[in-house]
Amino acid sequence: MAVAVAPDPARSDAVLTKQTGAPPRPLPDRTGQVAGHVASTFKVTVLMVFAVYFLGPVYCLVIAATKPTNSIYISGALLPYKPQFWTNLSYIVNYGGGIYFRWLLNSAFYAIGGAGIGTLLAGAAGYYLAMFRFRGREGLFLMVIGGMLVPGTALALPLFLLFARLSIAGSYWSVLLPSIVSPFSLFLCRVSADAAVPREMVEAGRIDGASEARIFFSIAVRLMLPGLVTAFLAQFVGIWNNYLLPLVMLISKDTYPVTVGLGTWQGQTTHTDILETLILVGALISVVPLVIAFLFLQRFWRSGLSLGGVKA
Amino acid sequence: MTTVTATSPGTGRWKSPVRTRALVTRAGFLGPFYTAFALFFLLPIGFAIYESLLSQRRIGGVFGRPIEVFSGLRQFGAVFSDPQFWSGIKTVALYVCIQVPLMATVGVTLALLLDVTAPRLARVFRTSYFVPFAVSTVVATILWGTLYTPGSSPLSEFHINIDFLSHNLVLPAIVNIGIWEWGGFNVVLMTTALTSIPTEIYDSARVDGASRWAMAWHIKLPLIRPTIVMSMVLTIIGTMQLFTEPQIMAQISDSIPTYYTPNMFAYYQISADNYSFAAAISVTLALVGLVLSFTFIRLTRRRTY
Repeated sequence: MAVAVAPDPARSDAVLTKQTGAPPRPLPDRTGQVAGHVASTFKVTVLMVFAVYFLGPVYCLVIAATKPTNSIYISGALLPYKPQFWTNLSYIVNYGGGIYFRWLLNSAFYAIGGAGIGTLLAGAAGYYLAMFRFRGREGLFLMVIGGMLVPGTALALPLFLLFARLSIAGSYWSVLLPSIVSPFSLFLCRVSADAAVPREMVEAGRIDGASEARIFFSIAVRLMLPGLVTAFLAQFVGIWNNYLLPLVMLISKDTYPVTVGLGTWQGQTTHTDILETLILVGALISVVPLVIAFLFLQRFWRSGLSLGGVKA
Repeated sequence: MTTVTATSPGTGRWKSPVRTRALVTRAGFLGPFYTAFALFFLLPIGFAIYESLLSQRRIGGVFGRPIEVFSGLRQFGAVFSDPQFWSGIKTVALYVCIQVPLMATVGVTLALLLDVTAPRLARVFRTSYFVPFAVSTVVATILWGTLYTPGSSPLSEFHINIDFLSHNLVLPAIVNIGIWEWGGFNVVLMTTALTSIPTEIYDSARVDGASRWAMAWHIKLPLIRPTIVMSMVLTIIGTMQLFTEPQIMAQISDSIPTYYTPNMFAYYQISADNYSFAAAISVTLALVGLVLSFTFIRLTRRRTY
């Protein structure tokens, strides 16, 4: 406690140097040049170290995925070793009748379907909660916010218990339908409608005789786009990465998403050597679409964020 | 509850055709989301509560038809007296205690450093930190798994052979995967908060002669405090769910039992068809998660003012 309090008077002194007329440094506006250089070098070093930390493993994955089967433990992790990416790729294309690509498609189906429908529903509800006042509005909102605090996995098992009773566990629906609901998306959409949709514009639309649905789809959606994209992205990643829900729900290999597929491969590496390579190749491939989608959508969403910043 | 009554200046005294139209609009906008929320969120939790109050009995011997009978809180008693459940709770508690402060420190520190870096350079760094966020937990675990295993680890090239999958190191190894995957996300979250601070505040601070440290400590940190709290709540919720990393790592490490975390415990109970027992664990976890995050929000709120 004392440590936390101690710097306070000193710092506030520094802030008030101009008023007190007793500057501790000759140039109160700037840090000394030398000190600045040291600080800057230190800063860039820290930032670089973290860049290596965050990117290094991805680099190692690329190296490992291009190695010949059975050579992972006998060759170094940092340098390419007899790289044969295309051979490894042909292995994964042919393994089990191309089952890996089926998983990839399934993942895309769950993630795009779930996030698409989910964002649409959350966008409409969030917009309505932001724009219309009615009895019970905050209650409805808080109920969903409360839902945000329930750990997702604590929900996956109950969902399975319910779906098993209804005999829909094991189907595509059993993973797609629960993925649609995202309390976080509703939260984001309401906040973004509050911030980005001017009430006067909605009023003007009404006076022009547009229906509420028309106002939403042609005015609000455009203004809320940054928020909607962010909600879609967050939900997409959540579904793409989900493991427990499809793991408990699905039985047939044909319905697996990539996560569950790779997970089962990991359990079989001791029996099948080739899988050790296939897992790494598969892991690498599964990362690529997401990174691309991210870089593309991130720009989108970043421009939206900065726009919001200018407005505020 | 008070907020509900306070913010409802009744729309109720309208003429009926207008009112009907308003209700139809409301149903159109709110209906789909809340129907899905009720069906796939509230209903399963309700069903899990119901299921947790039952227990299975078989009539006519071990191979007889199983029936379910109401048994009150018996399943919860069984959960709370199970040492494997407590062992899992202990693991997750330790994990939360390490992960939450560490994640916040990494996110805030990097965001503050990037905030005083040239924008173009900062963008490059931020993007590189964000890349692991696009890597699913399963893939991240497989990836780190090969980096942890002596032989395929890059440390082996320097003849350092540490088995990160051994009993004592497996939890830090899991913590590291979490930081790696979510660190960049937290940086972006903090950055967003930092960019929303009006620049006039910095200008006046600069006029007053505040150093960069003083600005970071006295202006930026207090102003992004709500975001820090939010990210910590997100981390708490995330950490409580600990399942994927240990579940995948259990396949390459002997240090992870099937009851390593409560979620794994519940999962294996479901695999063993102990539905009611698993339901009781899930209900307990949902409650603990709700209470913990709520308490955390309350505590940090109070301290702010």
